Amino acid sequence: MANSQNNWARYDLWDERHLSLDRFAVEDPENGFCASASPYDPKPSLVIEHGRIVEMDGVPASEFDMIDEFIARHYFDLTIADAAMALESREFAHMLVDVDVPRERLVRLSAGMTPAKLAEVLGHLSTLELAFANSKLRSRRQPSNQAHVTNAKDDPVQMAADAATAALYGFDEIETTVRVASNGRTNALACAVGAAVVRDGVLIQCSLEEAEELRIALAGFTSYTETLSVYGTEASFIDGDDTPWSKAFLTAVYAARGLKARCTSGSSAELLMGFHEGKSMLYLEARCVCLQRAMGVQGTQNGGIDGAPLTSSVPRGGWELLAENVLAALLDLECASGNDTRHSESEIRVGAKIMPYLMSGTDFICSGFGSIPKYDNSFNASLFNAEELEDFLALQREFQVEGGLQHVPEDQLLAARARAIEAISVVLETLTPSRLSEAQKKSVLYAHGSDETASFMPAEVAGMNAALIERNITFVNVVQALAARGFTTEATRLLSMARQRVTGDYLQTAAIIRDGRVISAVNDPNRYSGPGTGYVMTEERRQAISHMRREVSKRDILDGEGATGQQDSRHWRIQSKGEAGPGDDPREVVIGVSPGFGVRLHKTTGGVPLYKVLSALLDGIRERGGHPRVVRVRHTADTSFLGLTAARLAGSGVGIGIQGKGTTVIHRNDQVPHMNLELFSQAPLIGEADYRAIGGNAARYALGQSPTPVSIPYRGQALSARFHVQTALLYAIETSMIEPGQNPEVLEVEFYDGR
Amino acid sequence: MTDDKKPDNLDAIYPIGEKQPDRVRTRNGRLLQDLTLDNLLTGQVAASDFRITAGGLRLQATIAERAGRPNLAQNLRRGAELVEIPDKVLLDVYELLRPGRAQSAEDLRAAAHQLRDAYGAKETASLIEEAALVYERRGIFQRRF
Repeated sequence: MANSQNNWARYDLWDERHLSLDRFAVEDPENGFCASASPYDPKPSLVIEHGRIVEMDGVPASEFDMIDEFIARHYFDLTIADAAMALESREFAHMLVDVDVPRERLVRLSAGMTPAKLAEVLGHLSTLELAFANSKLRSRRQPSNQAHVTNAKDDPVQMAADAATAALYGFDEIETTVRVASNGRTNALACAVGAAVVRDGVLIQCSLEEAEELRIALAGFTSYTETLSVYGTEASFIDGDDTPWSKAFLTAVYAARGLKARCTSGSSAELLMGFHEGKSMLYLEARCVCLQRAMGVQGTQNGGIDGAPLTSSVPRGGWELLAENVLAALLDLECASGNDTRHSESEIRVGAKIMPYLMSGTDFICSGFGSIPKYDNSFNASLFNAEELEDFLALQREFQVEGGLQHVPEDQLLAARARAIEAISVVLETLTPSRLSEAQKKSVLYAHGSDETASFMPAEVAGMNAALIERNITFVNVVQALAARGFTTEATRLLSMARQRVTGDYLQTAAIIRDGRVISAVNDPNRYSGPGTGYVMTEERRQAISHMRREVSKRDILDGEGATGQQDSRHWRIQSKGEAGPGDDPREVVIGVSPGFGVRLHKTTGGVPLYKVLSALLDGIRERGGHPRVVRVRHTADTSFLGLTAARLAGSGVGIGIQGKGTTVIHRNDQVPHMNLELFSQAPLIGEADYRAIGGNAARYALGQSPTPVSIPYRGQALSARFHVQTALLYAIETSMIEPGQNPEVLEVEFYDGR
Repeated sequence: MTDDKKPDNLDAIYPIGEKQPDRVRTRNGRLLQDLTLDNLLTGQVAASDFRITAGGLRLQATIAERAGRPNLAQNLRRGAELVEIPDKVLLDVYELLRPGRAQSAEDLRAAAHQLRDAYGAKETASLIEEAALVYERRGIFQRRF
């Protein structure tokens, strides 16, 4: 903003944050920067005379552009159009979030509403209401997710390994594309073979020029397409080199070749192409989805797509993207709900953007989750990528929402990657003049991305593709190659996918294939009507999404502590020497350790071994002229009471209380329990030198001095997030060792290593 | 649910591959259950047995219609008409439908005639004839390159 001089120091910090790389556009309807309800949007209208539409959204039939014309001819259910248009928009909006109004009724009514009417209806819903409406309106009950699997070298070996990885994590569709146009066959083939290593039914797409995409589909390597782009203005449509009729024809052609198809549309496409007509993003998208239903395509990928960053730059942009998806669901289209383009550099904005979709569920949460590293994504970085996959798992887990993915144990992961590498190598060796060394294969097995692989380079891949074309290789040759070398399971799974094509069951709305079974809006319709209905996670599924790679249990903590304890036993020894009585030495400082200290717990949450902690405290006390005594407190593990118990035993009246996890207090016998001299609660930050200083201060209090309190520097770390799981488990071990009513015991401490 | 237009018998037929596999024959007249790995490896079935069939598409159109999706059904019926038409012919028609490729409505009408007369693709032909009318009114026949 021009009026900001950036004098406030905090702006410097903000300017360093990722958010500062994002751009925010001023709302400007005239120039197309308007999420919804532009003053240039038409008012809803529909005039029908003698069964013919003579006016729609203020435009007379004689002035219909191609989009109006196609919608007018093919979209409407004229038997309900009058009633639907007569419904108050706010009333219909209310019905969208009313659990007692069934989806079927809403879908049917929507077929009587014009694009302007539909946009007006959605304008009445808040973001929360949109998400709720989506949970009711999405077509398939079971949510799913789609992965991008590509790499910067078009290397089929890595691609097969990554396709297997994606299939394991749970993606039901894999979309690939090429860096070099001629590499489509190996990409598609590699994804199909890699996925077949894991399960039967992952749908594969290779996004390419239409004719090439059809040829690869005919060879049996792919099973769906989503490159049928449509636009909301006539000029953009023509600029996109298509018309509603050419796209409708192509949609029928894909059906004729047994390919599942969905259209692509999304706000800001028209703005980017320079033909927005001053209309709002949502109104233009309403035209797109009406057109798609009219064409008879089963579904759409919408919600910004490539335009999502631009839509997100305007006020209400995130709301608009969600509204587009709700519109698609209302129109009974399978909705792959965008979330494929990275709309922001801010991880906060990324995490926030996905939430409404995860909460409502969609047919595909991402129309391309980057299952590979950002730099390997040939479509550009996705909203979520390999880098953030575990973040996504964490969101699913903590909100118990279905994003289609789950944690995979490393042994399973590596086994699948290894087998995928072998399987694709066998296929490529059999069908093309290519060979791969063991070292090259191994480079792929453990690779995060193509920076680390030493397998095929683009020029070699081009040669393979030429061979596949020249020899007219189809899935039959691939199945034969796999079967001949013992990959019977994979051969059978590829065959099973090919067999699905004969019946075309997966051409119905929102179809996915799980373990060879087609699940679509026909046999698994979403009939959400309130709590306990619609998609409810099974207990098995709940368990599956509850696992994370670095999850910690009490067993893990005990094992870890046990190992440390064993290792540290050569450094020290502590022995009980009977009940501890009160001391009379005025220089005496008593250290009261917790029940588990050095018994079952052996290092602090800050990672300092307890023998070093105790040694440092003792040294600190002695250096400042104190006389230390160590006791084991048995009746409590609470820091304050540990400290006060120690203080009451000490001849000086000053004591130190310390827990096994490292939390420490300096206490005095005349204080109330929670009013201590110094408390050190941030155990993860306390180092050996700090414990020495704490010991020193305790001695100085004992001698009647007033030391400067020990300061442990804190730089704002989320200590609770990092340590509380461990802390809670460690403390539970301590409390389980408490012996109520037992008196403290004197400890004899011996250090080895010359201490 | 009174608004539910889905007849119960959809459950009995869909998915066809699972519920009524015998209703579909491959292009070479084989049953779905014949499409096994052994039969493929011994050459009993061929790649062409794994292509979608017009019958399968028409059946899916009926299912879509009954599931309350008339537009999808219409598209699947058009698809059924196009199953036997060679790729080249289909891609040529698609190219002709793109903006500025056809020089006049007559070009499109000729393509529609071809689809109707040579292949019996009546519904698809109607769609192309409709395009001819609209393109004419909107001036889509201007050359683009």
